[in-house]
Amino acid sequence: MATVEDRKALVQEVLEAYPAKAKKSRSKHLNVTEADASDCGVKSNKKSVPGVMTTRGCAYAGAKGVVWGPVKDMIHISHGPVGCGYYSWSGRRNYYIGTTGVDTFGTMQFTSDFQERDIVFGGDKKLDKLIDELEVLFPLSKGTTIESECPVGLIGDDIEAVARKQAKKTGKPVVPVRCEGFRGVSQSLGHHIANDTVRDWVLPKADEYRQLPEGYEPGPYDVNIIGDYNIGGDAWPSRLLLEAIGLRVICQFSGDGTFNEVVMTPLAKMNLIHCYRSMNYICRFMEEKYQIPWLEYNFFGPTQIAKSLRKIAAQFDETIQAKAEEVIASFQPRMDAILDKYRARLEGKEVMMMVGGLRPRHVVPAFEDLGMKVIGTGYEFGHGDDYKRTADYVGEGTVIYDDVSGFEFEELAKKMKPDLIAAGIKEKYVFQKMALPFRQMHSWDYSGPYHGYEGFEVFARDMDMAINNPTWSLVNAPWAE
Amino acid sequence: MRQIAFYGKGGIGKSTTSQNTIAGMADRQRIMIVGCDPKADSTRLMLHSKAQTTILHLAAERGAVEDLELEEVLLTGYKDVKCVESGGPEPGVGCAGRGIITAINFLEEEGAYEDLDFVSYDVLGDVVCGGFAMPIREGKAQEIYIVCSGEMMAMYAANNIARGILKYAHSGGVRLGGLICNSRNVDQEVELIEALAAKLNTKMIHFVPRDNIVQHAELRRMTVIEYAPESNQAEEYRTLAQKIEDNKDLTIPTPITMDELEELLVEFGLLNGDEEYQKALEADKAAATV
Repeated sequence: MATVEDRKALVQEVLEAYPAKAKKSRSKHLNVTEADASDCGVKSNKKSVPGVMTTRGCAYAGAKGVVWGPVKDMIHISHGPVGCGYYSWSGRRNYYIGTTGVDTFGTMQFTSDFQERDIVFGGDKKLDKLIDELEVLFPLSKGTTIESECPVGLIGDDIEAVARKQAKKTGKPVVPVRCEGFRGVSQSLGHHIANDTVRDWVLPKADEYRQLPEGYEPGPYDVNIIGDYNIGGDAWPSRLLLEAIGLRVICQFSGDGTFNEVVMTPLAKMNLIHCYRSMNYICRFMEEKYQIPWLEYNFFGPTQIAKSLRKIAAQFDETIQAKAEEVIASFQPRMDAILDKYRARLEGKEVMMMVGGLRPRHVVPAFEDLGMKVIGTGYEFGHGDDYKRTADYVGEGTVIYDDVSGFEFEELAKKMKPDLIAAGIKEKYVFQKMALPFRQMHSWDYSGPYHGYEGFEVFARDMDMAINNPTWSLVNAPWAE
Repeated sequence: MRQIAFYGKGGIGKSTTSQNTIAGMADRQRIMIVGCDPKADSTRLMLHSKAQTTILHLAAERGAVEDLELEEVLLTGYKDVKCVESGGPEPGVGCAGRGIITAINFLEEEGAYEDLDFVSYDVLGDVVCGGFAMPIREGKAQEIYIVCSGEMMAMYAANNIARGILKYAHSGGVRLGGLICNSRNVDQEVELIEALAAKLNTKMIHFVPRDNIVQHAELRRMTVIEYAPESNQAEEYRTLAQKIEDNKDLTIPTPITMDELEELLVEFGLLNGDEEYQKALEADKAAATV
């Protein structure tokens, strides 16, 4: 078995290819986990090295694609030239229930489609008109968000003024989001900016906007699901689990969520946060402002599901705790069956992961439940607190790579020879051409859900399909034939 | 075809100087003036109008520059000088710099640059962003004339413009043609501008004295050359025009640091040195304690 020292030597070899300056800066982002480490020991949330292939997105992607985009009954306007909107259209598979184009707009794309004229003369007049037209075309929309693209920040369109004017005129929320793509080092800043708009433009008027469901009475078990974007339907089994242990989910923010759910959030007794990286900001704000505590949970794989359910239940009374045990026990036979079926096929297989801001740690135990081992993991845009949390999930000798470059990832994979790579669309074909099984961990490769007990069944099946697919043994490089 | 541009601090008299100069050479040359200022006042003395219809204004009305015909925006003024204004957004919105790029691209595509001896660009204020540097970038204005005076901010702007020229001097071949001193009746103005010119590796190409007749002509939306051709001031502008026509002395500028510029101003008594500055502060303090 590879020791920490072996792996460190291997990381050094990969770094050798860089010029001195790039090597120096990249070396701080790569590390090998030592025994009992309390942190991964990598730098993070820094500007990518110029010239390398990074997988990072931009602030616009973080605000529109992640935080605001899934709020299904609002119209999210990509304010600027058409490209940003077009290429981010429906990219994240945030499932939702509703009649698209009537009361929900999740898979639709709205843009102010900037022309030269809008750059020169400013695009705010067009934006104003656009919202007027949307109000006529989609009267059932529950509000609008305006996501700025890069040029808007350069020409200084006063989108806040348009937002105020239109909010007054339409009587619905209009939220200006200053998420110009050039801001910050990754999409992470976009999450933060979007959270801040919830704080500044939505929550102060929550009482005014809120429409309580008929017969709604506040209860002791009211919770919000925060930061589950319902990718491939993830939030649904999560919600069912929480309801099964006796909690009442009053809001999904933002996967399959409505604007009304967003303004319901202050009424909850607890925020249960799935993606810490993208939504911790608003949870911290609600804690300070409304004294709503928050708790992170992990619903990937039976071990973590049980652990998280118990942790959540412990915040409530004994009835909830008892129900949690019941639920865990009731799913045990089904989980055992899954493990019986797949463990033999997956035992000992090694995985290298690289995902966004949460999954690089949260999915590790799900692989381990299947008898697999994560030998390398890293984040596109994680921060120091993410890597600190990661230390609890990974074992000795795991290679940690922050904002890994295309070159580093390929070289590490060649040297570490994993049985599976679990990363994003930008990496997928590179590794498949290397005849390596691959699963896309952003969109679940058009599969899912992976959360909860139901999700684990799908996850186990998908990993088996990838790794034990006979296709890969038939792929030979031309020079190897 | 020679392409020249007039740059300088806002309000220094660029538009007046450039139009009078162009009028002074219009007898002998085929000229086009391209106004690169959202205010669109670079051609009014040639056209005897308040402000001509600009490329960008019309483009905004129609939808895009592709919807315009050249004839709609390229007008003929005094002595057949062709006049066009880029125009731009109202103050505080949009991007005027991008507007200039759009307008110049339009003129190029529409063939406005054919059959000309001179093209003169009149550019707003300081070179604040890439758009305003458009006329000095590749293939555009080759000689820059900086209009300035013996006032501190005008000289500061002149130095900044020299930095902009230097930036493009090696890639695009733009050169500094000289400083035009548009007199504000500052003490020792000629000596001061000549000293600045020497530091910037150029010369003061002409000293234009101050004369009220310029205002009289402007009231009538005319150049002095048209309004009072026999006047001394008209002769000054004709001389400047001839000097520019004959100018072979095109240089790569050597902009100076802020410290050097301040030293120069101290030397000529426009600024006080550190000693006087301290003295003045102490005097204020003494006065306050009394």
